[in-house]
Amino acid sequence: MPDEPRVITAEQVEHLANLARIALTPAEIEHLAAELGSIVENVRKVSEVATPDVPATSHPIPLSNVFRPDEVGDVLTNEQALSGAPEAYDGRFRVSAILGEEQ
Amino acid sequence: MDLTRLPASELAELLTSKEVSSVEATRASLDRIGEADGDLHAFLHVAGDAALRRASEIDQLRADGQELGPLAGVPIAIKDVLCTVDMPSTAGSRILEGWVPPYDATVVARLRTAGMVPLGKTNMDEFAMGSSTEHSAYGPTRNPWDLERIPGGSGGGSAAAVAAFEAPVALGSDTGGSIRQPAAVTGTVGMKPTYGGVSRYGAIALASSLDQVGPVSRTVLDSALVHDVIGGHDPHDSTSLDEAWPSFADAARAGAQGRDLSGTRIGVIRELNGAGFQAGVQTRFEEAIALLETAGAEIVEVSAPHFEYAIAAYYLILPAEASSNLAKYDSVRFGLRVVPDGGATVEQVMSATRGAGFGPEVKRRIILGTYALSAGYYDAYYGSAQKVRTLIQRDFAAAFEQADVLVTPSAPTTAFKLGDKLDDPLAMYLNDITTIPANLAGVPGLGLPVGLAPEDGLPVGIQLMAPAREDARLYRVGAGLEALLHESWGAPLLDRLPADFGRHRGAAPHLAPVPGPGTEPDGGTA
Repeated sequence: MPDEPRVITAEQVEHLANLARIALTPAEIEHLAAELGSIVENVRKVSEVATPDVPATSHPIPLSNVFRPDEVGDVLTNEQALSGAPEAYDGRFRVSAILGEEQ
Repeated sequence: MDLTRLPASELAELLTSKEVSSVEATRASLDRIGEADGDLHAFLHVAGDAALRRASEIDQLRADGQELGPLAGVPIAIKDVLCTVDMPSTAGSRILEGWVPPYDATVVARLRTAGMVPLGKTNMDEFAMGSSTEHSAYGPTRNPWDLERIPGGSGGGSAAAVAAFEAPVALGSDTGGSIRQPAAVTGTVGMKPTYGGVSRYGAIALASSLDQVGPVSRTVLDSALVHDVIGGHDPHDSTSLDEAWPSFADAARAGAQGRDLSGTRIGVIRELNGAGFQAGVQTRFEEAIALLETAGAEIVEVSAPHFEYAIAAYYLILPAEASSNLAKYDSVRFGLRVVPDGGATVEQVMSATRGAGFGPEVKRRIILGTYALSAGYYDAYYGSAQKVRTLIQRDFAAAFEQADVLVTPSAPTTAFKLGDKLDDPLAMYLNDITTIPANLAGVPGLGLPVGLAPEDGLPVGIQLMAPAREDARLYRVGAGLEALLHESWGAPLLDRLPADFGRHRGAAPHLAPVPGPGTEPDGGTA
């Protein structure tokens, strides 16, 4: 379908990847635009039967107000919580600069 | 006696009577893994000496006269999606390579308490996204019926391990068929319980409104026994159902002993029958239905007109939920961190980490989910998909007015060849047409083998579905059907597993799914 406009453009994929915080190569972006286009074309059919009178289901078996007593439970220790961290310092997760120069 | 060939139920009896020790059984499984896993790659991690130490502890407890559970001492393989404090838990992803969680998943804690012996962690599609296990960052698992073919996915590792006698039973997880479809293509049994029936605490989340943990085995009774161990309410999981469940093992035993299905109405779903299924799959499916009829079941045809929208709805809901669930892999709290040359902000580190740590299918689905949830598209895509979910639930409700159990082939085809659908995500997605509706509706689904397809000699599975909370009904009917099948075959299907894993088979012609209603999300050209 070379003459039809792309369902999803490379620019859109780039924007979405930025929102999702995934660095993509230009080749990945190009490839994904084509693939996602054909997937979206196919999943779009849900709107055929999704008429206004049909309620949405977000959870297969409805449950409401699942609470627990407000008591300290068997939580992780500080050491356990940090055990898988790529970098920790002084009992906390360590990250690189939060603000860039332009900010 | 080869201990690895025994079902867990029989091995458990020998352990209880002290004719066999857990160390012997565990060593037999480890030896079998050593012998077979070079070909299969079902395991990402093998517990080795740790398993033998645990087995020895169980033997000691038994020698001391301690009261032990029915499966104490039985080895079990664990899908790598489940957190284990003593083994890496990667979910098949590079981003979690080497990560050892600080806590056990509830199901893992329960099987440890029951005295079961973890053998290791099984391979899977990355974050359970896939139907072939080819999307594992650590390389594919192969099908023990034919090494050139896929073992299904995402739980191909658990299914292959059980089929090849590396483990008597295993744990899996099923978001759109990841327990049932691998069971079908490897000639094994797998159960997706009712949504909320088994805790998901410590199960690395894919799509939270769809995910369920469940058992993988060679017999229906074995799945029931494991389900009894792992099931039931867990206060750590707010979606866990707070109710008492019957003994599933009792249900399976009753079904196998009675073999009487009079009064049971079996519903064949018009939209998941005939067109679109491989000929040999259809043949074996129809034979199984005839067998159910001879056992007294009443066969009825039911209609589920909205099932044709299931794949489309699923591939909006799943990516949307996954894009949110996988936001936690941010290079801060656990897993991989990739710092671009010359340093960068935390946000750039995050992007670089996720770009390097996620494989192509995971990137595809996160981007798709981000798209489906974005402003301007939300109502048309995610909102509509949730409405389709309601329509599918209504289809199930209407069908269960007419039938006690619904049946479909577990998968449209037998195992396809490695590589066949890897570059065609839509074709891969279509493979899930039979299994996805149960996840969307939250109902239980049990898969068991019904024979080998005449044209390629590969396993075919049947799927049984029941209303939510009626898991025991599936074990009763499933075990009855299994007993009838074993009687007609004279032996379990896995006795016909090629000793050389199908190396003699050569280049069998690949059978692609025939396009038609039930295999195409839009009836178009996938």
